Amino acid sequence: MIDTNLVVGICLLLPLLGAFLVLIFGSRPNVRETSTLLIGGLTFWHVWGLLHHVREGVRPRLELLEIVPGLQLAFEVEPLGLLFALVASFLWIVTTLYAIGYMRGHHEENQTRFFFFFAIAIAGAMGVAFSANLFTLFAFYEVLTLCTFPLVTHHQTDEARKAGRVYLGILLTTSVVFQLLAIIWIWQLAGTVNFTEGGILAGTGSNGVLSVILVLFVFGVGKAAIMPFHRWLPAAMVAPTPVSALLHAVAVVKAGVFTVLKVAVYVFGIDLLSTLAATTWLAWIAAATIILGSLIAFQKDNLKARLAYSTISQLSYIVLGALLANEWGVIGGGMHIAMHAFGKITLFFAAGAVLVAAHEKDISRMHGLGRTMPITFGAFFLGSLSIIGLPPAGGSWSKWFLGMGTLEAGQVGLLAVLMLSSLLGLYYLLEVPVKAFFFRPTNDADRGKGIKEAPLPSLIAIGITALATVGFFFWPDLWHELMTMVVSGAAQ
Amino acid sequence: MTHHLPVLLVVVPLVAAPIAALVNRPRISWAVAVVATLWTLYAALGLLSETMAVGAIHYELGGWVAPYGIEYVVDPVNAWVMVIVALIGALVTPYARRSVEHEISEDRIPLFYAAFILCLTGLLGIAITGDVFNVFVFLEISSLSAYALIALGNDRRALMASFRYLIMGSVGATFIVIGIGLMYVMTGTLNMADLANRLPEVASSRTIPVAFTFLTVGITLKLALFPLHAWLPNAYAYAPSAVTAFIASTATKVAVYLLLRFFFTVFGAAFSFDIMQLDLILIPLALIGIVTMSLVAIYQKNVKRLLAYSSIAQIGYMVLGISLASVLGLTAGILHLFNHALMKGALFMSMGCVMYRVGSVRLERMSGLGRSMPWTMAAFVVGGLSLIGVPLTVGFISKWYLVQAALEQGMWPVACVVLIGSLLALMYIWKVVEVAYFRECDPELGISEAPFSLLAPTWVLVLCNLYFGINASGGVDIATRAAEVLLGVLS
Repeated sequence: MIDTNLVVGICLLLPLLGAFLVLIFGSRPNVRETSTLLIGGLTFWHVWGLLHHVREGVRPRLELLEIVPGLQLAFEVEPLGLLFALVASFLWIVTTLYAIGYMRGHHEENQTRFFFFFAIAIAGAMGVAFSANLFTLFAFYEVLTLCTFPLVTHHQTDEARKAGRVYLGILLTTSVVFQLLAIIWIWQLAGTVNFTEGGILAGTGSNGVLSVILVLFVFGVGKAAIMPFHRWLPAAMVAPTPVSALLHAVAVVKAGVFTVLKVAVYVFGIDLLSTLAATTWLAWIAAATIILGSLIAFQKDNLKARLAYSTISQLSYIVLGALLANEWGVIGGGMHIAMHAFGKITLFFAAGAVLVAAHEKDISRMHGLGRTMPITFGAFFLGSLSIIGLPPAGGSWSKWFLGMGTLEAGQVGLLAVLMLSSLLGLYYLLEVPVKAFFFRPTNDADRGKGIKEAPLPSLIAIGITALATVGFFFWPDLWHELMTMVVSGAAQ
Repeated sequence: MTHHLPVLLVVVPLVAAPIAALVNRPRISWAVAVVATLWTLYAALGLLSETMAVGAIHYELGGWVAPYGIEYVVDPVNAWVMVIVALIGALVTPYARRSVEHEISEDRIPLFYAAFILCLTGLLGIAITGDVFNVFVFLEISSLSAYALIALGNDRRALMASFRYLIMGSVGATFIVIGIGLMYVMTGTLNMADLANRLPEVASSRTIPVAFTFLTVGITLKLALFPLHAWLPNAYAYAPSAVTAFIASTATKVAVYLLLRFFFTVFGAAFSFDIMQLDLILIPLALIGIVTMSLVAIYQKNVKRLLAYSSIAQIGYMVLGISLASVLGLTAGILHLFNHALMKGALFMSMGCVMYRVGSVRLERMSGLGRSMPWTMAAFVVGGLSLIGVPLTVGFISKWYLVQAALEQGMWPVACVVLIGSLLALMYIWKVVEVAYFRECDPELGISEAPFSLLAPTWVLVLCNLYFGINASGGVDIATRAAEVLLGVLS
């Protein structure tokens, strides 16, 4: 029996090992991808193994070293981090499977580099998930930013270069100027940056100072894409689709909203948060992002761009959940990390499949494609349901809890925002499968010929995530249980 | 022999320099330099560990009792600076062999090594001596040899750059010696500890504030604090690559050390900051320097010049930390001495590799180097990330303490400027990265990776950037001790 504390280290090291295997087997694609899949499976298996301990109330802890006196590079597994780690490690396997089909089917170059940085990004996500203090979280947050840069700019074109600038510019600016300032400020006030149940900031500063820190955090976590710091997400759309999946579902944006939730629960603490002056109007900024994101998505004809704005809107649901500062909101926000991840990855997989199989990017040119690609668009339909929050898909649960949270907080206006955004989502997401299934194909002479479903590995991946979104409607217990542990621990 | 370590630290390279010139064979001169620099590293590390264990070490030259004779004093402050100088020296010398063969004509190589060792001697001497006139002597040794080293650059503009540095450097040195002279007139002593004891009696006179002012201007000119930085960009840009790597990482650091020594040990923090209110002038200058020089760096086409402007901005960080005059601020400044030496060393050395293969470090000549020189450019990227202050690199540690020190005194706008400086650094570093990785290289040029003897020292520094960014406790310990010594918290 291995020491549980060591398992934490294994979960961090396995993706790194995977990265080096990718380098070693770079010239033999089949071995390279098999090794990534195997390592992905092993990683997930180990993370899953931690679940058992966390249920029993154990908090496996690994202290690597002390960077400077009092500031440790340390990891601790608690339910919220475990939730994120489970999502990220599982979707890594699925995305790898998908990428095998996509990257080969699309004849992408530099695939070894792609799989290498992908694995490093997963290691970064694991570090974020298991971080025991703000410093460790910040370090891995930046690792994640930097190692996804080569992925976003994969094509190395001029367009990719510009997108990379926006990507790195916004993410580093917000994190270095706002987030780091907030972290050092907290260190100054509280003398610690460790995540503690119930928070560490209560009684350390005036309401005004703590409000400023909260504002610095909410805007400083650029990965949560709160407007006006959302531009990097649409810009990053130039990347290959598996990268978009990584950004939107597996690691990057999830690391952002995870950070917001984690800070809300373990640094501020729900009780303190609900008393701060800034909380309410930040919640309204999140609400504004929800509506504006949906409205912009509404106007986009490019499918990936539409999905990107949909993500911006959905991320603010989670931020809003944190800022509602009550148990319902936190539970809903946390569950939405998982639900949105599975739903959105399905949508991106489907969008990529259409690109590979039919070479189409625009929704207006997808009329009738559903007849030749039924599995892809069927999966798109299920994924959409989950994002909108309709049964029988998992998203309905997280939205339910978020709605309860707004009522608990006495903010009926916010509830209306959630409903309105769902209505918009209903239109802009379901438009795609509806047009694909029920509209006549456009009359291009050559179109429609020779188009068939995406490559098999990609199709399997799409199937897995689409079925999962439905599965989570009937069995949301795992996510709910983890989040209940988070709030009950925090309330102690 | 360990008893004589303080003097041997300086004497061994001082003797090695004429030997390197006299043997007059490039390879043997180089070997002499290697031995001399390795010795200084060994001695500096020995002194650091000893002073950390037992406190200040006093060594009386020729047995003449201080304050009559010249005294060498080693405490955590200067031991730290000597380690920086010796470490960079020991890494640049192996690097220099092929780089210098490439950039300097063969008959001048032995003289190059002689000047190089002399420069090292001078810098170590400034750090170790406890006598203010001795400081001036070593300052001249290091400066004169530095002028010669810069003039050896194969670009014709190197001569003009060296001449300009000579003029400005001499003005600075003259100001310093005037300051020293005025102090001597008032107190009759040149020993630093003795001066510290006697100055308070005469501090109310007009002469001492004048001496203080002369020293301030002279030293800030030597350390290239904005706006006295004009000599630096061209000197760094056109000097031979190995010289730039060495001088950029050491010469300004030693000048910062002088600032620390004079303002804290000799005059005392109370006089410098409460009476003379040095912080009122230094903090704004440091902040303006950080912002403007970073902005200027963004527009440079020559990467060595770009890094030179970045150095001036980085000096702003050190001066800022020092001017906060708190334990935390001094710790940040002193840490950044070391950290900046590591990152600028790595960056300039990687540019030396580019110079070796491409023959130029102009941006437009660096297209596609990410592919043709992967190790060199990877070194540049990591060094650059460290400069920006990404976590798990040394640059982050500096920033962490500096921002903390600013917030401690409630100066949050200062903290913001420090962080915005990081973003400006991102902009000029990324400009180079984009050219190297996003433009196609011309395959006909046949550019290949730099030779191992250039890459190995570069990567040692790069790995130091990572190692001391992950395990910074040791460095923070020493820097905190040094800060406490300077502020007199310990004694």
